[in-house]
Amino acid sequence: MREVDRRTKVSRRVFLRGSATAVPAAAIAAAGMSISPEAAWAQDAKNLTPHTMATLARMARDIYPHDRLADVYYIKAVAGYDDKAGQDAGFRKMVEAGMAQLDASAQQHHKSSYMMVEWEADRVVLLQGVEQGALFKKLHGDLLVTLYNNKEVWPKFGYEGASADKGGYINRGFNDIDWLPQV
Amino acid sequence: MATFDLNDDSVVCIVGSGAGGGTLGNELAQKGIKVVILEAGGRHEIQDFVNDEWASFGQLAWKDMRTTSGTWRVAHDFPNLPAWIVKSVGGSTVHWAGASLRFQEHEFKARSTYGAIAGTTLMDWPITLAEMEPWYAKAEDKMGTTGTNNIPRLPGNNNYKVLEAGARRLGYKEVHTGNMSINSQPRDGRGACQQIGFCFQGCKSGGKWSTLYTEIPKGEATGNLEVRPNAMAVHIEHDAQGKVVGVVYVDANAKQQRQKARVVAVAGNSLESPRLLLNSESAKYPHGLANSSGQVGHNYMRHTTGSVYAVFENPVHMYRGTTMAGIVRDEARNDPKRGFVGGYELETLSLGLPFMAAFLNPGAWGRSFTSAIDGYANMAGLWIVGEDMPREQNRVTLDPKVKDASGMPVASVHCDDHENDDKMRNHAYRQGAALYDAVGALRTFPTPPYPSTHNLGTNRMSANARDGVVNKWGQTHDIKNLFVSDGSQFTTGAACNPTLTIVALAIRQADAMAGMMSRKEI
Repeated sequence: MREVDRRTKVSRRVFLRGSATAVPAAAIAAAGMSISPEAAWAQDAKNLTPHTMATLARMARDIYPHDRLADVYYIKAVAGYDDKAGQDAGFRKMVEAGMAQLDASAQQHHKSSYMMVEWEADRVVLLQGVEQGALFKKLHGDLLVTLYNNKEVWPKFGYEGASADKGGYINRGFNDIDWLPQV
Repeated sequence: MATFDLNDDSVVCIVGSGAGGGTLGNELAQKGIKVVILEAGGRHEIQDFVNDEWASFGQLAWKDMRTTSGTWRVAHDFPNLPAWIVKSVGGSTVHWAGASLRFQEHEFKARSTYGAIAGTTLMDWPITLAEMEPWYAKAEDKMGTTGTNNIPRLPGNNNYKVLEAGARRLGYKEVHTGNMSINSQPRDGRGACQQIGFCFQGCKSGGKWSTLYTEIPKGEATGNLEVRPNAMAVHIEHDAQGKVVGVVYVDANAKQQRQKARVVAVAGNSLESPRLLLNSESAKYPHGLANSSGQVGHNYMRHTTGSVYAVFENPVHMYRGTTMAGIVRDEARNDPKRGFVGGYELETLSLGLPFMAAFLNPGAWGRSFTSAIDGYANMAGLWIVGEDMPREQNRVTLDPKVKDASGMPVASVHCDDHENDDKMRNHAYRQGAALYDAVGALRTFPTPPYPSTHNLGTNRMSANARDGVVNKWGQTHDIKNLFVSDGSQFTTGAACNPTLTIVALAIRQADAMAGMMSRKEI
């Protein structure tokens, strides 16, 4: 069967707000594109705090955890929230209120911010406590597009995207399955 | 290409350009009858289609506000998107998968076959399979349906091969790559399927039949057909005698226009067609047009759907090639011993990664969900198409509060699953899972219904005027020169994809309508 190459291609480029030049995804990951309020991408936030940006990315990862995806894809999936908070005061208030509630719950149960709760399973319990809230609902819905509709992640799941421009699959493995039992 | 004057009252004005409206328009134009088709959406041709699920949804889907209620899960998961249908020239024939099945004989006689079932409005159609057969034959020839007219079936893709192997192991007999209106070889000026996938996003090769690039250009070539895009019908007008005289629509510049007409045919799909009739209320017709029976909007059906996806140890790449690549028909029979009446088909289906994430289990999150998505490349999938029960309370109404941009109340869709629907869906979930388990599935997912693609029954056909909205020709019982030409005519839904029947009915209706016009009956 024709398999899909799932390695990150350095020729593909990720554009993040605040980058002086476009940098390949792998290079970003290598250069510390990780979920932390100290990271440069979080420090670059203009409207939300670095702590809020980092917590959003951590929430994104906890809502849709894929060990095959580097942090950069979750960071990218929430990056738009900073701009949106600058344009929409109501949105900003909603994010900050949701964040305060989540952190307060983390403090109560773990004497720590949500970000710093160490086990995913414990953070998931905290998320279950806020899943009917506006912030969780918004993030959960938005991520379906901002995470899974990022063409950079498709090869990592073995999805090839557009095919008409390549002549379809008629000569590229539409019927190449080779492991089915004989009936 | 013809253009007709707004005051030309000799035209047939059709609302909608999909399987019903687009076919009717061409058939009438071929007979020398002048036709104006009002299409709410824009005109997007093959070169405009995109192999990208969300971008294509933005381009083609009907995204205008709708509201929902009832116990069906769609109302919970997609409260403002009850239907996944198209607002573009060609209507939902741009999006459809291509499956073209004839009703079984008993499916035209649902009430007499299934008996009286509490909580349903089952009724026999006023037509039989024998009457429909010649029209089905014409439709299959027109659409180039595989497995008919000596047209070979399509080759099976990976997703089909998994379905077929599992079905054979379960002992199913009627398993093949379907009767598909997708060219397996060049035909009618269109090429053969290139196994692109993305059948739902508009076929980039034109191998799949759509009124957009078959019926409509053929009709336009006669000089008798004008298709007016971005024309959203809001009101059908009538004269003092009660005959319809024209259609008021909102054009691309949000300006109201009035197309006069000798005959009006409504083909806006089963949510928009009753909405338009209901919104056309007047002093003479206080409950909307053609609604003396009170049945306009009632008996909404959307098939007992659902999907089963399964993850295997090894890759499948189900998205490669035809989306609906094959079928199991053994469960389509009526066999009440299974605990429900009517039957269902199992048809392969695939979604790209973005839509799989959106539809696999709406609302889900965490590792149970993401580990399923992690198995995407190793996934196979099928869709359930079963006959659902028509019910009085399942209906389209005008929302009392919510209005669209033109001030017209939006369609509100209420649907409660009948016990028969639940039993059938659960049976199909079990059979689908067993089918995949038989060839080594590691995990199976009973996936809830998507927003409905098969919307049926809201202007049902009946022998008696008190029981329905239209007669056996799709002509409204109340108003002789007002017709319904889409799936909203369906008396019952049968266990098959509806497009072939819509097209066959449209060809037959064109013939009847032309006769009535030449005899000056309308």
